[in-house]
Amino acid sequence: MSLSTNQDVDVKDLVEKVLEAYPEKSRKRRAKHINVLEAEAKDCGVKSNIKSIPGVMTIRGCAYAGSKGVVWGPIKDMIHISHGPVGCGYYSWSGRRNYYIGDTGVDSWGTMHFTSDFQEKDIVFGGDKKLRKAIDEINELFPLVNGLSIQSECPIGLIGDDIEAVARDKAAEIGKPIIPVRCEGFRGVSQSLGHHIANDTIRDWIFEKTEPKAGFESTPYDVTVIGDYNIGGDAWSSRILLEEMGLRVIAQWSGDGTLAELENTPKAKVNLIHCYRSMNYIARHMEEKFGIPWMEYNFFGPSQIADSLRKIAALFDDKIKENAEKVIAKYQPLVDAVIAKYRTRLEGKKVMIYVGGLRPRHVVDAYHDLGMEVVGTGYEFAHNDDYQRTPHYVKEGTLIYDDVTAFELEKFVEAIRPDLVASGIKEKYVFQKMGLPFRQMHSWDYSGPYHGYDGFAIFARDMDMAINNPVWGLVTKSPF
Amino acid sequence: MSLRQIAFYGKGGIGKSTTSQNTLAALVEMDQRILIVGCDPKADSTRLILHAKAQDTVLHLAAEAGSVEDLELEDVLKIGYKGIKCVESGGPEPGVGCAGRGVITSINFLEENGAYDDVDYVSYDVLGDVVCGGFAMPIRENKAQEIYIVMSGEMMALYAANNIAKGILKYANSGGVRLGGLVCNERKTDKEWDLADALAKRLGTQLIHFVPRDNGVQHAELRRMTVIEYAPDSKQAGEYRQLASKIHANKGNGTIPTPITMEELEEMLMDFGIMKSEEQQLAELQAKEGAKA
Repeated sequence: MSLSTNQDVDVKDLVEKVLEAYPEKSRKRRAKHINVLEAEAKDCGVKSNIKSIPGVMTIRGCAYAGSKGVVWGPIKDMIHISHGPVGCGYYSWSGRRNYYIGDTGVDSWGTMHFTSDFQEKDIVFGGDKKLRKAIDEINELFPLVNGLSIQSECPIGLIGDDIEAVARDKAAEIGKPIIPVRCEGFRGVSQSLGHHIANDTIRDWIFEKTEPKAGFESTPYDVTVIGDYNIGGDAWSSRILLEEMGLRVIAQWSGDGTLAELENTPKAKVNLIHCYRSMNYIARHMEEKFGIPWMEYNFFGPSQIADSLRKIAALFDDKIKENAEKVIAKYQPLVDAVIAKYRTRLEGKKVMIYVGGLRPRHVVDAYHDLGMEVVGTGYEFAHNDDYQRTPHYVKEGTLIYDDVTAFELEKFVEAIRPDLVASGIKEKYVFQKMGLPFRQMHSWDYSGPYHGYDGFAIFARDMDMAINNPVWGLVTKSPF
Repeated sequence: MSLRQIAFYGKGGIGKSTTSQNTLAALVEMDQRILIVGCDPKADSTRLILHAKAQDTVLHLAAEAGSVEDLELEDVLKIGYKGIKCVESGGPEPGVGCAGRGVITSINFLEENGAYDDVDYVSYDVLGDVVCGGFAMPIRENKAQEIYIVMSGEMMALYAANNIAKGILKYANSGGVRLGGLVCNERKTDKEWDLADALAKRLGTQLIHFVPRDNGVQHAELRRMTVIEYAPDSKQAGEYRQLASKIHANKGNGTIPTPITMEELEEMLMDFGIMKSEEQQLAELQAKEGAKA
């Protein structure tokens, strides 16, 4: 493979031409978010975490989505109340594919939705009374619930409902933690602030107010999996590798996670972070407050998995280090079989990625392992530190787009014509109608897991299924 | 005669409710049919007409019933002095919810349910300043056409009047609301009439009436009555009748206000010698020091 990409396309010229469609002010602003990666660059040379321009179609979400949908929602033994009008929560019903083990409606509530269902009178007179009532009803109907969170929708911030007071009163009354989260959608520039706010509430309302469960016995091998939302079972195919290595996973944040796991986390020897963007805040806090080191790892594709397993093992004793090698060796035949089967079918295929805050860099080597080439990538809500971590993965000449607009992405794809677009549901049909193979990389297109060795086998199959599907041969007269 | 919609705005505690109720009581003597819409969560805009604080506000009844759709007009419309119809919007207790949204909800309810049929005047009594979009509802499209700002010679009342003029200006082009004039409620401050008249001119409007201070208003209020009802032959009742007939004759004479800046307002006060400039203050201070030495 060559060291650079996009040699046959004048990408700089393409960017300029695409931006020409904008008025001057917008053009100037958007130009700062798009770049072509230079050799040996320290970061991607793009601005990030800035408010989207009105009028463009951004693909971003809101702070409520970041807190309810990402961080808090998957904690399965708690009930998360969407406080406000029904709409925000209704459309996130069973939201992301955060798999969990449990009896839904009995001891787990992951795919159920709870809302205070604001009416006009709640706006005028305040929603705190209704919230109190909702908490009582929930606790009566679902006595096994271990705690609640209050996820604020926009109107809560406008009318100033005192959700902290309700949380304190009611928590004392029912004897269970209640966490008020000020994640009103209008706050911040994207869902990223929602992640941060949610992290802060775990710090202030869990770590500060509750203790690890009695009877918890520490071992020298206690680790946590932080920032894995168990999409299609990702966290499960990750933790087995850690466990086979001899480590004990004491908490999953937050896919298939529980309140007790959050409470026990300060007992960990090391926090292992997968999604850095959404949970680095709490990892940094635990390092400062409890002295727990944290480490980023990447379980996409065999090269990164082996690399990560060795790095994790290096934090422990020789036994664990030996085990890591054993685990890598154990899965090597599986990896070889997957690569033997799919690499010939995928070799040299070009992919353009556009997803959230981690995968635009984390999945790159998984594609490389299959002989594919990433020619463009970008994040919805990354910050500068994410773009600093990106050049490590991608090649010189890669097109980088931050908070790309629907228009820009369409035009870039049209010109570069990759063999696969890897993005979200909002983009899917646009590109399929262009006659281009597409895979959803938020929900794994209802497949998964993609993490770990087991996940890699599924990932490879899915990419092959999309790209080499004979249906594309039937699209003979695409108007695009 | 077509429906006239007027509204009284002004700084909190300036006497909007007292002035408006007395004026409307005088208008009813002129055979006008009147509806008062109280847009203050305290629900005290119709107390002198109803001889009691209204108990059944639109929003409280709506909250009890579920929503405004479940209400009938009769539930909230009360008849007071000489057939004046009264409605209180009501709203949340201080510190919770959104009273502004409440005003929007109740005015829409009243319009949709025909509260404005068979009346000559609809009068809105709105709390304090125009603090948010909700309290600007009565000056938006197709609502009040003439605004009367109740003020006095006090600095903050002048300031509030100017702010309200800004609110009117904002909606004057889109909706057609006009400033009907200033009503000065005498506080016996220095050069009060001159100042009120000067501000009116600066705002491009008129000082429609200067209501002298009279303790009779207090006596009437304690008995939950307007002066018109309690002491119909008093001099003060005559003042309110004058104001009423001026407003009645003022139809279509409203103007688009020309609000001034804070600096201009301060300059105006200096011109009247009420506020001292920094140089003056300094000179006085030096004179004092000089006298001591």
